[in-house]
Amino acid sequence: MPIVAFAVIVLFTRFSEKLSKTISIFAIAYGFVYSTITLFQTLGNPAGFVIDKGFDWLVLGSFTLQIGMYVDGLTVVMLMVVTIVALLVHIYSIGYMKGDPRTSRYFAFLSLFSFSMLGLVLANNFFLIFCFWELVGVSSYFLIGFWYEKKSASDAGKKAFITNRIGDYGFIIGLLLTFFTFGSLAYSDIFGAVHHDPSHFSAGTLAAIGIFLFCGAVGKSAQYPLHVWLPDAMEGPTPVSALIHAATMVAAGVYMVARALAIYHAAPEAGMVVAWVGGITSLMAATIGLVQKDIKRVLAYSTVSQLGYMMMALGLGSFAAGTFHLMTHAFFKACLFLGAGSVIHAVHAQDIFRMGGLSRKMKATSTTFIIASLSISGIFPLSGFWSKDEIIASAEGYLPLLILAIGVAFMTAFYMFRLVFLTFFGEPRDKDAFEHAHESPKVMTWPLIVLAFLSIFAGWVGIPWLPKGFSSFAIDFGHGVHHAEFNFLLAGISTVVALSGIFLAYMIYIRKAIDHVAIGQKFSLAYKFLFNKWYWDEIYDAIVIRPILWFAEFLAKFDKYVIDGLVNFMGKFTLVLSWLHNLFDKYVIDGAVNGTGYTVKGIGWIISRAQTGRLYNYAFIIVLGVVVILIVKLF
Amino acid sequence: MESFSFPILTLMIFIPIIGMLILAFLKQSQLLAIRTVSTVFSGIPLVLAVILLANYDPGGGFQFVEKVSWIPALNIHYFLGADGISVPMLMLTALLSFISIIASFGITHRAKEYFVFFLLLEVGMMGVFAALDFFLFYVFWEIMLVPMYFLIGIWGGPRKIYAAIKFFLYTLFGSIFMLVGILILYFSSVDPSTGAHIYTLDLTILAQMAQNGNGLFLREGLQLLVWMFFFIAFAIKVPVWPFHTWLPDAHVEAPTAVSVILAGVLLKMGIYGLLRISFPILPYGTDYFSTFLAVLGVIGIIYGALVSMAQKDLKKLVAYSSVSHMGYCLLGMSVFSHFGQEFIVGISGAMFQMISHGLITGALFLLVGVIYDRAHTREIAAFGGLWTKVPVYGSLMTFFCMASLGLPGLSGFISEFLVFVGGFAKYKVLTGIAVLGVVLTAGYFLRMIQKVFLGQFNIKWSDLTEINFREIFTVTPLAILTLLIGIYPKVLSYMIDDTLGDLSNSIINGVNIVKGILG
Repeated sequence: MPIVAFAVIVLFTRFSEKLSKTISIFAIAYGFVYSTITLFQTLGNPAGFVIDKGFDWLVLGSFTLQIGMYVDGLTVVMLMVVTIVALLVHIYSIGYMKGDPRTSRYFAFLSLFSFSMLGLVLANNFFLIFCFWELVGVSSYFLIGFWYEKKSASDAGKKAFITNRIGDYGFIIGLLLTFFTFGSLAYSDIFGAVHHDPSHFSAGTLAAIGIFLFCGAVGKSAQYPLHVWLPDAMEGPTPVSALIHAATMVAAGVYMVARALAIYHAAPEAGMVVAWVGGITSLMAATIGLVQKDIKRVLAYSTVSQLGYMMMALGLGSFAAGTFHLMTHAFFKACLFLGAGSVIHAVHAQDIFRMGGLSRKMKATSTTFIIASLSISGIFPLSGFWSKDEIIASAEGYLPLLILAIGVAFMTAFYMFRLVFLTFFGEPRDKDAFEHAHESPKVMTWPLIVLAFLSIFAGWVGIPWLPKGFSSFAIDFGHGVHHAEFNFLLAGISTVVALSGIFLAYMIYIRKAIDHVAIGQKFSLAYKFLFNKWYWDEIYDAIVIRPILWFAEFLAKFDKYVIDGLVNFMGKFTLVLSWLHNLFDKYVIDGAVNGTGYTVKGIGWIISRAQTGRLYNYAFIIVLGVVVILIVKLF
Repeated sequence: MESFSFPILTLMIFIPIIGMLILAFLKQSQLLAIRTVSTVFSGIPLVLAVILLANYDPGGGFQFVEKVSWIPALNIHYFLGADGISVPMLMLTALLSFISIIASFGITHRAKEYFVFFLLLEVGMMGVFAALDFFLFYVFWEIMLVPMYFLIGIWGGPRKIYAAIKFFLYTLFGSIFMLVGILILYFSSVDPSTGAHIYTLDLTILAQMAQNGNGLFLREGLQLLVWMFFFIAFAIKVPVWPFHTWLPDAHVEAPTAVSVILAGVLLKMGIYGLLRISFPILPYGTDYFSTFLAVLGVIGIIYGALVSMAQKDLKKLVAYSSVSHMGYCLLGMSVFSHFGQEFIVGISGAMFQMISHGLITGALFLLVGVIYDRAHTREIAAFGGLWTKVPVYGSLMTFFCMASLGLPGLSGFISEFLVFVGGFAKYKVLTGIAVLGVVLTAGYFLRMIQKVFLGQFNIKWSDLTEINFREIFTVTPLAILTLLIGIYPKVLSYMIDDTLGDLSNSIINGVNIVKGILG
């Protein structure tokens, strides 16, 4: 449905902003209603509900590519998340993008994105998911670079696209390996085969498939070492960051790994790779998030970190924990981003050290923002508590990862409340901006309120004691529900850790009991290291980008001087040769030339040197021809 | 489709000649008449191509066959026919010729000769794709060179003479090898069933010989030698790395419409020649050199992409991207069987790539021409922020760049994907390297888009005008087909499926025969 909206907007309504908005919103609302209907169908029969329909898309000899739709519990969860967040973001954007001359273009790409994302979720095989995977990527490229006059924005778009392509490189190899291992790319064939007879396939192949496919997820979900594009992607309009770079698209990687979990079960080594990459990502991003000054960058690193969390859970085999956190995270992170957008809209600044005291002016925004922050920090009984707790529980038995997970939980609580305190409390540090600040219009605050509501309650479907909770309908292939028992000890620890994080932030930024500037100076080396994001951008620039560009330049020169030089040399050589033979040739060749009349026609004006060269060639042909005939005859 | 009584292929080939004759009687100053005549006489072959397509039966082998004796003394026939490999190419040729004629309306300098040459070029191209007698094929192949030479040499850019001569001599150099190969084939051809010498250049009979293991094909070394001769001729045309350096020069100097034909049709003739001649007639050589083909293809992909990245001229960038994209064809076609079974994903990928590269790169050259007509420069660094000024143009350019870098939903993706699947069946590591091309291609196209269209608007271009209706008209059919093949690839696959299946089987069979005889 949204693809129709995209086409209509691109082709016809470029000039009518209002119409574009209406069409776009109508399309996504339709998607939402339809998803809800599907949800209720699913609830009727959680475990058994599966739609798998497809048709032959391309047939070449014995090779067939199918495309089709696959709907099960996981799909339904994703559909709900995508359509709810997308609908709210569409509505919110009306207020946020007001007055921008290119609003139609904005809504067109938003529609294209929504279409692609829904397609990605509904795909029934790896080929189709890859197609939509690229399409969400390209809509993201256009939306990040939406304000293309800014160099940083167009750079960020390009970086996002290319970094993702690097991940996709692995994805494509994974697809090829999958195809030649299973003879199919359909989920049902692959996972069916893995589940029924894992020993049929060599463990090495399965692990390789798992790791290559994971490369794609690493790119899309901004995991280490391809995480560098996501923080830059914040150059896009904030609602876009909320929808694409927080709630949905970046979660596509997590979704894909969750889909393919059967492979990671059969190849635990690949699963461990996923877990460790996720764990390292979440730790690294959290440390960077501690010191960033830009409100959106803090949230961006938080997203990277939380995605790492999900990956870790999935890598450890906990399907329910990973996908559950995906859902709750989508709601509270979208709420945080939209809240941040509301703040930016009000003060026209993104540096949190220039804000402060905004809670007095922006009641709805600050309240919803704080609710979402509590949720992400994992405070009982908000959504985040339940899902985060499941993740930590899933790391039980893997001590290093368990410690890491708890550490990250602490840091998350700290940086979130650092953000909250600096933005909404204390004295305004930039009086001017503060004076002009105002609450955002209703069309922006209502989506916030809905999301805050979901940040509190959405997690309750996953309360472990519910008979028909989250895990029962997000059931996956065959290996049944893998659901961690509720662990009071771990839940207690994580709550205490979160609270202490909040308390520390409170001490530093409200009570000013600890001087954060002084700490920064004391550990200036560490601070710089974190503030500059572990220098990943610089490292990549030095070891990847520059060498490639240098090599490209080198090859271009090589092409011009060596290969083409050789060609020109051959040409000149022939000319010299023909000149030397000139006298001799005249008598021998002239007769033969007359036979090839048409080449002579019209070459009068060609410089004579070329003419000689050509004649020589023709002579050469004939001589060679005679020789060949002789050879053949002699055989 | 036993007998299609209407000599459709002959008409397609020779109708432009009528146009040429009419043009000859027009005055240089009658621009409107010249344009109308050229449009009509390139439009008729397009209509015929559509009729051809509508009447084509995918399972029917060679169709629309016309065969009359031409030079009886040498047993040479005027022999035309079309199958699943040539029908799409004829369609592409007719479409691009028609579009190029329209795109050439800006030519006013010696317009009459220009369009005469252009129509002659169309004759040559159509002829190559329809000929089934090797001699006839060779004649058309050479005919095509002449108008191309003049089109570049007269209407080209500053270094036109150099580029034209380089193009002409280089191709002629390849032709020598082809001619020698033809002679060897001619003198060693035998009747497929009796084994008696018959001296023929009938491509269908030559292919039959390979199936029966008669004549020349007993001699392993000679088959390899002839294969190499043909390969040199075709490789120069493709162009295969390292024979590619005439291409950027020719492209940069050629007028826009000529670049379109050059990239869209001429480059395909090399691949077409391999598929039509080397593959069925010399299966053993094809099999023997398949890895060699794949390696050259992968080198082309990576090398072309990297060199593109370093280009500062828009047209050169697109030209080198062609080198890269033709590499995909080579890699794809190097895999024509899988464990001795029919396997056509790879060759199909090459076919898809030929068509989609023709559409996409044709459009890219048209669009580069649009900006060059207005700005009189193609220097990437000279632009900036053009999107603000020319949003429609920017969107079209971005669309085709996305198509070229393999965005799903557009035709470039399907061909790349098929090539990868095909290639991976046989060459895991090589294909793994080739896939890197996907990343590099994204790199140079996005870099170009950014430098030309995004960023601060460069005030220098404030009176740049938006793409006009005629120009949009020329790229629209290409955009529609790119999208159509991307979304519903069956429009192309149904045509080529059976033909390529037969080809795959005939190679497997031919190889087995030679190997069987050799023991």
